[in-house]
Amino acid sequence: MQLNQMYQEIILDHYRNPHGAGLREPFDAESFQVNPTCGDEVTLRVALKRDDAGVQVVADISYDALGCSISQAATSVLTDLVVGRTVDESMTILDAFKEMVQSRGTIEPDEDVLGDGIAFAGVARYPARVKCALLGWMAYQDATARAMSGSPSEASGNGAS
Amino acid sequence: MTSLDHAVHRTIGGTADTTVDTAKLRADFPLLSRTVRDNRPLVYLDSGATSQRPRQVLDAERAFLEQHNAAVHRGAHQIAEEATDAYESARARIAAFVGAEPGEVVFTKNATEGINLVAYALGNASIGDVDAEVAARFAVGPGDEIVVTEMEHHANLVPWQELCRRTGATLRWFAVDTAAGRLDLGSDPITERTKVVAFTHQSNVLGTVNPVDELVARARAVGALTVLDSCQSVPHAPVNLSTLGVDYAVFSGHKMLGPSGVGVLYGREELLAAMPPFLTGGSMIELVRMEGSTYAPPPQRFEAGVPMTSQAVGLAAAVDYLSTIGMDRVAAHERMLTEAALTGLAQVPGVRVIGPTSTEDRGGAVSFLVDEVHAHDVGQVLDDRGVAVRVGHHCAWPLHRRYEVAATVRASFAVYNTLDEVAALIDGVHAARSFFGVG
Repeated sequence: MQLNQMYQEIILDHYRNPHGAGLREPFDAESFQVNPTCGDEVTLRVALKRDDAGVQVVADISYDALGCSISQAATSVLTDLVVGRTVDESMTILDAFKEMVQSRGTIEPDEDVLGDGIAFAGVARYPARVKCALLGWMAYQDATARAMSGSPSEASGNGAS
Repeated sequence: MTSLDHAVHRTIGGTADTTVDTAKLRADFPLLSRTVRDNRPLVYLDSGATSQRPRQVLDAERAFLEQHNAAVHRGAHQIAEEATDAYESARARIAAFVGAEPGEVVFTKNATEGINLVAYALGNASIGDVDAEVAARFAVGPGDEIVVTEMEHHANLVPWQELCRRTGATLRWFAVDTAAGRLDLGSDPITERTKVVAFTHQSNVLGTVNPVDELVARARAVGALTVLDSCQSVPHAPVNLSTLGVDYAVFSGHKMLGPSGVGVLYGREELLAAMPPFLTGGSMIELVRMEGSTYAPPPQRFEAGVPMTSQAVGLAAAVDYLSTIGMDRVAAHERMLTEAALTGLAQVPGVRVIGPTSTEDRGGAVSFLVDEVHAHDVGQVLDDRGVAVRVGHHCAWPLHRRYEVAATVRASFAVYNTLDEVAALIDGVHAARSFFGVG
C-alpha cells in the first residue's frame, strides 16, 4: 500500500502531537501563509536571539495552523529541526527540505541534515501535496526574512510556492 | 421549483424508462477503464470538475480536423464552407439542447469567459462615449448594486467584484442558510438599485438547485438583468433557458462530456443585439475605418478572432450523445447515485454532508467533512484506493468560510457512474477513518 510511504508513522505522530504548537510571545516577526488551492493556513512567529559569539540563533518558533496531517506534521518537524540552530544553519535545512519534497522522489534525503524530515520523502511522489509539506516552512522563511530586515508583521499571504 | 426539478419529478413519477445501461455506456469512455495507483480500477467521482469524454466526441473532433478544418466565417473555398457549416451546425444543436435560438448562443473558451464577457460588456457600457440607449440599459455605476449569492463559484463572484471596482457599483449578496444548505431568501438584497442578479442554478459544492423562477421574478420586478451559472445543471438534467426566463446563462463544454476550450454564453436575442462587445478585433466587425468601426450582429459580435472550431464540433457531439440517452434519464440516474451516496455517508460515523441531505431540489455534487480527518487526508486515502474525488474549497471559498470549514471532500457524479462506485466511495471513507485512527 502506497499510503504508508506517504503517511509514515513519524508523520502521524507529529500530526497527533504537534511540537511547538500555539502562538507565543515575544517574537520578532510573524508570517501568515495560505495554500490557495485548499484554503489551509498557518500563522507562524519567529523569535531570534544572538548567541555568545553574536550570531543570530532561532530562539523559538510558534504557530497556529489549520491544515491536513502533512502540513501540520511538517510544521511540527520544522520546529524540532530549526529551534536552537543559527539562522544560517536553518536556511541550509530549509533548502534541503524544499529540494527533497520538490524532487518527485529523485533525491535521497540526508538524515544528518533533515532528521525526522526525511519522513516526508514519500510526499515528494505526490505533487499535489508538496505545497502542504511546505506551508509552514515557507512561513518560517518569510518570518525570518522579516525578522532580519526589521519588517515584523505585514502579512504576505501569497501562497506557499 | 425550477424546470430542472419539474423534469426530474416528471421522470420519476411518469412512465419513462429511467434506467441507464452503464456497462454499455462506459465502453464509450476509454479513460474509465484504466487503472491508477497500483492497478486499482479507477472510480472517477470528479465530474463536477471535469467530465470524461466518450469516443463519439473524440471521433467528431478528429473527423472534423481530418476532413473539414479551416478558419470559419472567412474564405470562400470549399473547406472553409464546410468548416463554417460544421461550426454553425454545432451552434444550432447546442442551442436546441438548452431551448435557445442559435443566435442566442455565443461560443467562449469556457463559462468563466462567458461571465467575464457580460461583466466587461456592462463595464464598457459604463465608460467613455456610449450611446445613450445602450448606457440606459447596461451601464452600472456608483449607487447601483450587483447581487450575487454566498454559494457562488469564484467564476460568478470575482468578475462582479471587479466590475464593481471598475465602475463604483456595490456588490450585495444572498446569504446561505447553512442548516438547510440553501439560499436564505429572506436575506434578499434586491432593491430598486439592483442592476444585475447573478446566481448559480446548481451549487458546485452543496448540490443545491436554486429557485430560478423566484429569483428571476424578484430581479424582473426591479428591472435587473439575470445571469445564471448553469455549469452544474446543463450537464445533468433537462434545462430550458428560454423557459427559465433568465437574461444570460453560461455553461462549459468540459463538464458535459465535451471538450475543454469551449463554453457557451446564452443571451436573450434582443439583449445581445443591444449589448456592446467585450473582446474586439477580426470577425466581430461590420465596417472598419481608421477613425472607428461598427460591429456585426450577435453572436458574431462577441466572437472576435478565429474561434475554437473542433471543440465546438466536439461539444455538439457531446450534446447529441446526451440527447440520445435522454436528459430525463440522465437526471434520474444521477439522482439514484446521489440518493445512494447521501444514504451511505449518513451511516458513516463522524461524517457530515455540507448541503441538502435529501435529493429534493438537489443535484449530484456531494461534499462532506469527516470528523478529525482533514479533507486532503480523506482524499489521499480514497486516491490510494482508486477513487478520484476533489478536496479543498472547490473554488467556492466564501461558501466554505460561511460553513466555518477550510476544506471539504466532494464526490460528483455523471451519467457514467455506478452504484458500485458509490459503494467504493463509502468504503473508502470508512478506510480513511480507520487509517487515521478515528474509525
